[in-house]
Amino acid sequence: MAKFHVNGEPLDFRGPPDTPLLWVLREYLDLTGTKYGCGMAQCGACMVHVGGEPTRSCVTPVSALEGKRVVTIEGVTATSQARVARAVQAAWIDKDVVQCGYCQSGQVMAAVALLGKNASPTDAQIDEAMDGNICRCGTYQRVREAIRSAGASLKTGPAPKAAPAPRKAPAPKKA
Amino acid sequence: MKTVDRRQFLKATAATGGALVIAFWLPQGARRALAQPQVQRTAPPNAFLRIGKDGTCTVFVKHLEFGQGVTTSLPMLVAEELGCDWTRVRAELADAEAVYAHTAFGVQMTGGSSSVSNSWDQLRTVGAQARTMLMQAAADQWKAKLADVRAENGFVIGPGGKRLSYGQLAEVAGKLPVPEKVELKRAKDFRLIGKPTRRLDSADKVNGKATFGLDLKRKDLHTALIARPPVFGGKVRSFNADKVKLVPGVTHVVETPDWVAVVGRSFWAAKQGRDALEVEWDLGPNAGLSTEALGKQFRELAKTPGRSAKKAADPAAIKAAARSVVAEYEVPFLAHAPMEPLNCTVEIQGDGAEIWVGSQFQGVDHPAAAKALGLDASKVKLHTLLAGGGFGRRANPASDYVIEACEVAKKVKVPLKVVWTREDDIRGGYYRPMYVHRVEAGLDAQGRLVAWSHAIVGPSIIAGTPFEPMMVKDGIDPTSVEGVPDMPYDVPNLDVTLHTVATGVPVLWWRSVGHSHTGFVVETMIDELAAAAGKDPVEFRRALLGKHPRMVKVLDLAASKAGWGTALPSGRARGIAVVESFGSVCAQVAEVSLVGGKVRVHRVVAAFDCGLVVNPLSVEAQLQSAIAFGLSAALHGKITFKDGRVEQSNFHDYPVLRMSEMPRVEVHLVEGGDKPTGVGEPGTPPIAPAVANALFALTGKRARSLPFGDTKWA
Repeated sequence: MAKFHVNGEPLDFRGPPDTPLLWVLREYLDLTGTKYGCGMAQCGACMVHVGGEPTRSCVTPVSALEGKRVVTIEGVTATSQARVARAVQAAWIDKDVVQCGYCQSGQVMAAVALLGKNASPTDAQIDEAMDGNICRCGTYQRVREAIRSAGASLKTGPAPKAAPAPRKAPAPKKA
Repeated sequence: MKTVDRRQFLKATAATGGALVIAFWLPQGARRALAQPQVQRTAPPNAFLRIGKDGTCTVFVKHLEFGQGVTTSLPMLVAEELGCDWTRVRAELADAEAVYAHTAFGVQMTGGSSSVSNSWDQLRTVGAQARTMLMQAAADQWKAKLADVRAENGFVIGPGGKRLSYGQLAEVAGKLPVPEKVELKRAKDFRLIGKPTRRLDSADKVNGKATFGLDLKRKDLHTALIARPPVFGGKVRSFNADKVKLVPGVTHVVETPDWVAVVGRSFWAAKQGRDALEVEWDLGPNAGLSTEALGKQFRELAKTPGRSAKKAADPAAIKAAARSVVAEYEVPFLAHAPMEPLNCTVEIQGDGAEIWVGSQFQGVDHPAAAKALGLDASKVKLHTLLAGGGFGRRANPASDYVIEACEVAKKVKVPLKVVWTREDDIRGGYYRPMYVHRVEAGLDAQGRLVAWSHAIVGPSIIAGTPFEPMMVKDGIDPTSVEGVPDMPYDVPNLDVTLHTVATGVPVLWWRSVGHSHTGFVVETMIDELAAAAGKDPVEFRRALLGKHPRMVKVLDLAASKAGWGTALPSGRARGIAVVESFGSVCAQVAEVSLVGGKVRVHRVVAAFDCGLVVNPLSVEAQLQSAIAFGLSAALHGKITFKDGRVEQSNFHDYPVLRMSEMPRVEVHLVEGGDKPTGVGEPGTPPIAPAVANALFALTGKRARSLPFGDTKWA
């Protein structure tokens, strides 16, 4: 049993207190944007924000959430982090980051948490913030580019609503 | 203009809901890989394209989207010829239907880096047919000749500038006969193909809306977790479910001779239930299996004559060589470990059933599911959902996870999703096989290669599957040897043998299949020979690639872009590899250093010839992806056995590449032929040898056994 907020809505969860937050989100609230990948805080696919901090929901029992505010990928653009979240999502689309997409909710949540505190992270700071988020498709390079791009847009003005102009891609070399 | 007349059997289905629907069947001559035919259906979903009244063009994608971008690249093929407004194009994954059979393999499937190449003529033809029908509909309305109308960006334009949108024309056009002959554009006229085009699925994948198999919701849906034997081939002797039944939410415990399933109203209930289950297993014949013993067995076998895959013209040449180099290589079993663990949802409805699964093998899984359910295949509907990766694991000739789900569903008679935990995935088998290679090569006094004798030892992926009769020739499974008997190097006396060993471990294709190990061995060995001959690795390769100018071009491009031969900062070195696979050629130069004695990859320069490039943005992404996947295996990947059991279980002991280990990847594309060739896999084989060769250049030490990321090299 625990009372907490999810995406601004109060929740009184009366199930077993050891139930991981991940499964409460996915199975009771139908918030399936938060993913199961490992169940032991290894991969970051289940990342949400609890009290603004990036948190792995697969190992967070509801009993630890009393009075806390949980934000998921579905609610992150309607929070105090909305501007950062929109910048991150726009950059992800602009840089064509996603592949299978399964880990990307977690990647986005980790990036929002990072850029919310530091809009100009160094490579080492990006590594530190993102190393807990595994992507088997290997989108890391574009994730890095998108974080830089989102950070830059946050410093210059409001996040774009739609995807900006096409990015440069490798041009085929004339044989 | 090119004319297409392939005697296709074409049929326009009746327009439904004011939509133009085109169905397209290949002739009976299409090659069938499997004995079990798919069920032929005649229902309207047998279509590749639907144009709605609002002008939305929906392309039904016959392949699985699991990262490689087919829900963008395949619609591009249709849209190029259709002449529609690209911003109105949508993609939907197609259900399992005979009409969606792979044009080369004969069943609906995704694999072999062939989604674009096998759809190349098919989907452009669909687009051209639809455009012709829309133009005809407009011409009829205007009482004009077809020649006097043209199509442009979603409109048909007629005499005097009259315009009708595709949406306005769709219903009438859908009732017209499908033209058998259509002219396809020449490459120089392409407006979309070849242009960097962003994915259509990004928005839903960054806001959490994309629905993967694991996200599927159905009324009264139950979740099942399965307790499988801890040793492959084990059986259930007995089990005690007393404690399971005390777990709130657990609804059923069911068994087969091979496993016990715990069913609950939620994942967490089923998981806790399974944790509480006590099973006594009959471990079966593989209880003594160990990697150590397998390695010893494989290495011994490698020294004995195997089955011939290629005979040297002069078997004595190897012994007559002035100098010989002998090297033994070893690669481990590997799990695919896609981010989304396997799952399959089954709902039995009277004498029929519906299945939802992110499958690479709809054409195999669909009949297998019907058989497992004891239902007529025509009454079973299999829906394709997005998959969170796959890398071959979701293309199992044995349909293991689909059949299991059907078997549980049949017993419990409730809507059911079988979910694999990560531990189930890592320990569940169907691995890339372990192999040992023993290579002896001879050089003459001038350092020229005169003979190469190559023994491969390992399990067969194809043995025992429906693919065996058509693929295994003279006892040689081509996936065990591909890239060796047909290596591009001009080796005067190439001798290749294979020992196929049954280990009891279920094995399967894994991104780049045989090339995942043969690419490593051939490209490391050739580097060893260059060193033995005292020659530059690029020069040595080039001299042996006289019959493969395409490979030389790619090799040279990678070398020049990487600054091959130029100085690097102290403590860094480069290595190169070039591999042809899936009709494409990829060369990579890796730049490495040692950090704390362990290898660290900083930069990878990749040159790639994949024929005609459909979407450069997607090709670049796939190379980054293939390199990350191959590097993950080169540095960390290994599944090992002790006392019959898999020693790994999750990402803490089966580590995969993370952000901090990702090198900077630079991609250079060579414009190739007039057709697209493979993209998803060919970037994987060169990375392990490129890194191993760079390590040699740096330390003088050879990494002949994968993985080597934990080894201290200094």
